[in-house]
Amino acid sequence: MTIRKEEFWKGVLAEAPILLGVAPFGLLYGALAMDAGLGMPAAQAMSSILFAGSAQLIAVKMIGTGLPVLAIILVVFVVNLRHALYSASIAPHVRHLSPAWKFLLAYLLTDEAYAVTITHYQHADNSSWKHWYFLGAGLTLWAAWQASTAIGIFIGARIPPGWPLGFVLPLTFIALVVPALKDRAGILASVVASLAGLLTIGFPFRLGLLLAAFLGILTGMLVEGRRK
Amino acid sequence: MSLWLVILLTGLLTFGTRLSFILLIERLRLPGWFQHSLRYIPLAVLSAIILPELASRNSVVDLSLRNPQFYAGALAVLVAWRTRNVLLTIIVGMASLLLFQAVLGII
Repeated sequence: MTIRKEEFWKGVLAEAPILLGVAPFGLLYGALAMDAGLGMPAAQAMSSILFAGSAQLIAVKMIGTGLPVLAIILVVFVVNLRHALYSASIAPHVRHLSPAWKFLLAYLLTDEAYAVTITHYQHADNSSWKHWYFLGAGLTLWAAWQASTAIGIFIGARIPPGWPLGFVLPLTFIALVVPALKDRAGILASVVASLAGLLTIGFPFRLGLLLAAFLGILTGMLVEGRRK
Repeated sequence: MSLWLVILLTGLLTFGTRLSFILLIERLRLPGWFQHSLRYIPLAVLSAIILPELASRNSVVDLSLRNPQFYAGALAVLVAWRTRNVLLTIIVGMASLLLFQAVLGII
């Protein structure tokens, strides 16, 4: 019990700094959803049912412009495709868990929870309670997202001017990725993915991100294969 | 009505995407190279998020001084590399960005 609790709270703590970046986005989403005419119940329901920040912002924009339902659904699906990569990456670590755990953790598998959790899974110790860390990180993000979007919906977004809205997330990812760069294959995978991401910045629906990630993964495997 | 359809279906599809491999890994015998490639997913995806986010403004690449995020980010990379400390990296990154912004009078 104490190990579970310890893992859980470690997850909560690891997720906490990211909330600085997540909460303003939640406020913004809430305000934009109201502007787009979703109404309070639907705006908040989207936060708990879809539960994906950037996809929600895009969906709300499209609903506001009155695009056909099928188009909106398709775009959101494509924008969220990167989660399949997260799913593949996390799958071996949660393989031993019950279906209930798998469904719960899949629901909580956001960018922010994934980044923190996969870093923890890759640490050398083989604690078999790391899913509690995942749960701690995932629930922390979930609660912050629900609360901040609710505040955005009911009160509106008042984000101080000059607040670097989009900076906390990449900053946290830097803190997680850089220490994990240990061998040549990993470093080159990261460099290629970064540059490809930059070059494909104009691609719609976050397809550039997917392409860049695939190129990075391919680079890592090619470099590694060569050295064998 | 169609609004709720959008919410439910996008939610279902997203959940399905998140659940996909977590369930599939049991049922399919995934080839060895596939399982091996998983190692590079976090590095590749997160890297592909970081640089475009830092080096652009409004989806246009901007490495000029008008985009201090890029330079604060570079400093954060250095701190993360030397210290491997998550909290310190975030604090130094945020502090240097706010400082750069103040110096450049962008606020």
